Amino acid sequence: MNRQVFELVSWRLASAVVTLLIVSFTIFLATTLLPGDVAQILLGQAATPEAVAGLRKAMHLDDPAIVQFLKWLSGLASGDLGRSYANNMPVAALIGGRLANTLKLAAATTTVAVPLALTLGITAAINRDTLFDRIVSGATVAIISVPEFLLATLAVLVFAVYLRWLPALSLANETQSFGDLLRIYALPVMTLTFGVSAQMIRMTRAAVIETLNTPYVEMALLKGASRRRKVLWHALPNALGPIVNAIALSLSYLLGGVIIVETIFSYPGIAKLMVDAVATRDLPLIQSCAMIFCVGYLVLVTIADIIAIVSNPRLRT
Amino acid sequence: MANLVEVRNLKVEAVTDAGRVVTIIDDVSFDIADGEIVALIGESGSGKTTIALTLMGYARPGCRISDGSVRLGDHDMARLGESECARIRGVEVAYIPQSAAAAFNPAHTIMDQVIEVARIHRLMPLKDARAKAVELFKALALPHPETIGDRYPHQVSGGQLQRLAAAMALIGDPKLVIFDEPTTALDVTTQIEVLRAFKSVMQGKKIAGVYVSHDLAVVAQMADRIIVLKSGKIQEAGATEQIIKRPIHPYTKALISAVEPALFAGLDAKEEEAKAALIEVNNLYAGYGGFLDNGLPRFLTVKHVDLRVPAGHNLGIIGESGCGKSTLARAIAGLLPAVTGNILLEGKALAPDARHRNREQLRKVQIVFQSADTALNPAKSVSEILERPLVFYHGMARKDRIKRVDELLDMVQLPRGLGNRRPSELSGGQKQRVNFARALAADPKLILCDEITSALDTVVAAAIIDLLKELQRELGLSYIFISHDLSTVRAICDDVAVMYAGEKVEQTSPDRIGQAGGHPYSRLLFDSVPKLDTGWLDSLKQDAALIEAYAVR
Amino acid sequence: MTTDALTASRRISYRFNKVGLVSLAVILAWALVAIFAPLLAPFPIGKIVNFEFFAPMSAKFWMGTDYLGRDMLSRVLLGARYTVGTSLAAVTFACFMGVALGMTAAVLGGWIDTVMSRLMDALISIPSKLFGLVVVAGLGSSIPVLILTLGVIYTPGCYRFARALAVNINAMDYVTVARARGEGLGYLIRAEILPNITGPVLADFGLRFVFIVLLLSGLSFLGLGVQPPYADWGALVRENLGGLPLAAPAVIFPSLAIATLTISVNLLIDNLPRKIRDQGV
Repeated sequence: MNRQVFELVSWRLASAVVTLLIVSFTIFLATTLLPGDVAQILLGQAATPEAVAGLRKAMHLDDPAIVQFLKWLSGLASGDLGRSYANNMPVAALIGGRLANTLKLAAATTTVAVPLALTLGITAAINRDTLFDRIVSGATVAIISVPEFLLATLAVLVFAVYLRWLPALSLANETQSFGDLLRIYALPVMTLTFGVSAQMIRMTRAAVIETLNTPYVEMALLKGASRRRKVLWHALPNALGPIVNAIALSLSYLLGGVIIVETIFSYPGIAKLMVDAVATRDLPLIQSCAMIFCVGYLVLVTIADIIAIVSNPRLRT
Repeated sequence: MANLVEVRNLKVEAVTDAGRVVTIIDDVSFDIADGEIVALIGESGSGKTTIALTLMGYARPGCRISDGSVRLGDHDMARLGESECARIRGVEVAYIPQSAAAAFNPAHTIMDQVIEVARIHRLMPLKDARAKAVELFKALALPHPETIGDRYPHQVSGGQLQRLAAAMALIGDPKLVIFDEPTTALDVTTQIEVLRAFKSVMQGKKIAGVYVSHDLAVVAQMADRIIVLKSGKIQEAGATEQIIKRPIHPYTKALISAVEPALFAGLDAKEEEAKAALIEVNNLYAGYGGFLDNGLPRFLTVKHVDLRVPAGHNLGIIGESGCGKSTLARAIAGLLPAVTGNILLEGKALAPDARHRNREQLRKVQIVFQSADTALNPAKSVSEILERPLVFYHGMARKDRIKRVDELLDMVQLPRGLGNRRPSELSGGQKQRVNFARALAADPKLILCDEITSALDTVVAAAIIDLLKELQRELGLSYIFISHDLSTVRAICDDVAVMYAGEKVEQTSPDRIGQAGGHPYSRLLFDSVPKLDTGWLDSLKQDAALIEAYAVR
Repeated sequence: MTTDALTASRRISYRFNKVGLVSLAVILAWALVAIFAPLLAPFPIGKIVNFEFFAPMSAKFWMGTDYLGRDMLSRVLLGARYTVGTSLAAVTFACFMGVALGMTAAVLGGWIDTVMSRLMDALISIPSKLFGLVVVAGLGSSIPVLILTLGVIYTPGCYRFARALAVNINAMDYVTVARARGEGLGYLIRAEILPNITGPVLADFGLRFVFIVLLLSGLSFLGLGVQPPYADWGALVRENLGGLPLAAPAVIFPSLAIATLTISVNLLIDNLPRKIRDQGV
């Protein structure tokens, strides 16, 4: 890795850290905006003012915002995520298992979506303006235009209600066999895959089309290169950077989709945990879940940018 | 002996955005014999590249060959299908593009791309192909021929890439090579080496060629016959000597006279000294990219430049790309503040930054840019563009403005009805005139012309130069005329300053530039400009030490 | 080099193609519905008109009935008001702020640009659903809060896009000429830059509108958007989710309504007349 690349990458990483700090502050700010005196809520309406004041002191709720923020931040860094207001269990324990579930869902979606999207995106770009391309483009536009719950409800209607192949709910903790596992994962993964693939296909197709429109591909044509050679040897090495970038960005779309999917299918993942926590105003839980989401998003976007930097052929020495 | 190439009644049509069908090549016929180099000369839009590409059976997207035949050897390229054309390309006919930098794939090494033709058509084992490539590199006078192939395209210079593109075309031993304006983007000093390399290889192997260009002087060195094109039709065709010395068609004559315009009548030296300086520049330093510890900019592009322009006189500034002439213009205009040195307008100092100058000072110095495409706001009509300076500087009322806009359009010899048009509806020459009218609207004393004719065709550019001279006589203007083209500068300036690497190396009158006794770089520059003489390139003797010192090979 | 014969004779027109026209018609139809909803609804919104809940489509109830027995058609028609109205208000806010700030950052450059862009980058790094969830849960789900929150979530995207366009225009020589003349920030933004980016900005406006409609529906679906008894399309899906195993039209039609609106806007943008789409490129 030569010097210029090293500088650009370091700069990007530093930038990500700064962004992370701003983001964590924003989340902290947003959650402390939640109205209602937390201590009051926890103790109930009948609590005496002294009891409320005492609890506020114990929870450091009267400290200046900056101090509370720094305390929280240091807690996060050391792994102490606080205790849930709702049931007083350590947040880390609550999150642990659910995070694993969501990651399983994400992994399953990725293994299905990425190969599918790449194949469709690249072939659509090569066969631009043919019927195949028009169908693919039309379908992707339709899919990214509709809300995830529409995709989910359609999937449930078709596969659970009409065809009765799959169950409508996902009780992931009660799996008996691999077949069961497949049946339970199928609908959530399918719903998420549709959304993620559609994004990826659009971006991949655009990236490949752009590299096919370059002067050096025209030059290859004038040298008598076959279409296969033009695409595989000339266009793809240059499109690789943008394509990987597209994959990383599309995967970040998962973070939003998973919130809806876990809710609809009652899948015990971290997104559902957070949605429930919002309903009960469970601050520490909300903050920790939100941070995990944001960190995940930042990691994906930073990786996407770094890959774009490293794969730029003009930076090679 | 039958000709290598016979084109008969070629017709090419294109479909515009709106769906209309336009004929861009109309009934063109010509021949090319074995080993002969034929030039296709014309301004942009004449169709020369389109015709050249049909020799490979290729039409750019949106265009198609609608009639006629293009016989290359035994094949009619206009009738062949795509896969048959692919078999012929690279092997019987090859193409050297205008911008070699864009034609090389940044993701692969140069060697891989140079021998690609051998790979595609399975001509020889890879080892032999690589050896042949190195031989070609040597024949084209490239530096480090053994190792240059291992580099990536962005690691070599423009002139080297152009020669590498030639090697890429010759590797398949084609019978016909198409040169598409290969030296247009290069500096004159680099151009010579490239032209020499092409010529020696073509003559050595007796390959036929098609040389597409708008530059008659360059073509005079390279081609045996010339075909003059305009708007897709042939105007005249003949042997090079005949076209240059005894042109018949009026269009050809206009092209020839535009190549070597008359020298500007320089003024008496004593008279110049006596007149008060309109603008004076002393010890100017300018650059960009942030500052270093010593207070100088990181990229110092102008170093201790002194200039002096008396009122009513013109100063030309000439140099090759990267010499700092554009930076100098911007520093004078206040767009790129100078770091030290001063600029005096009519004796009073100007603030380095335009934001700190008062409106009167800004009004007196106007700047006109090279590319009229980006110099006129596409969302405004011509009258709106011209009215703005009238409002801004003179606060004119509406009735007066309308009158003045008409006067300005008359001054630049444009029809009054043009006021309602948008810039996208005008031609390149018309846009540049509007550009100029906008500068005139301010009633300036000095106009900075930054390469204003470089993007225009030679005939149109000559007309603009004439306009400038006439306006100067009428309005008593002064110009600082910046260009890389020595002949244009000599046609309009009283004095010419030569710049190299940010410094002014010499300033003399136009007739003395490049003569013995001047700065060696000026001599090199003057010698490098192609002349309209077929024997010029072959008889050119350049001092090797000079070239070593000043030219980028 | 100068323009060639092809482009000089080209006259790009404001023509729409068929797909664009159909999309435009659908969008206008929903806009009219949103405005005139109370006049168009066959039944009063809150009234339970049928004892059969989750009824199928029939001549009397074109979209069946919902989980309480109310007419779905009326609820969908009124839901248009909330979905279209709220989203339109939010996207106008987002685009106005984003474009104004983006142009200013591009023209001024320097530290103002760096600071604003860094802040906007940070805001963009928070997944939109997450941000919406947290803020709306905290501040409540009143319409003004929803509009403001959705607007703030999408301002950074508009900012980035407008700034990129403005930076391109800023580099053009005609802006440099205006600067050399001595023009100030206001003139540059108003007269030189804005007229040249309106096309792509309008397309971006449409795109953000789609994002906002989807996010609003998502929030309502989670129970955090428009609150009962009022309901936008997302909330309608939520309350009628129980009808899913029965394949009741009450669940399907609100989703379809969202889909028709968003797909039409996306198709319209993809099929805009060339002249509008490619402006300033």
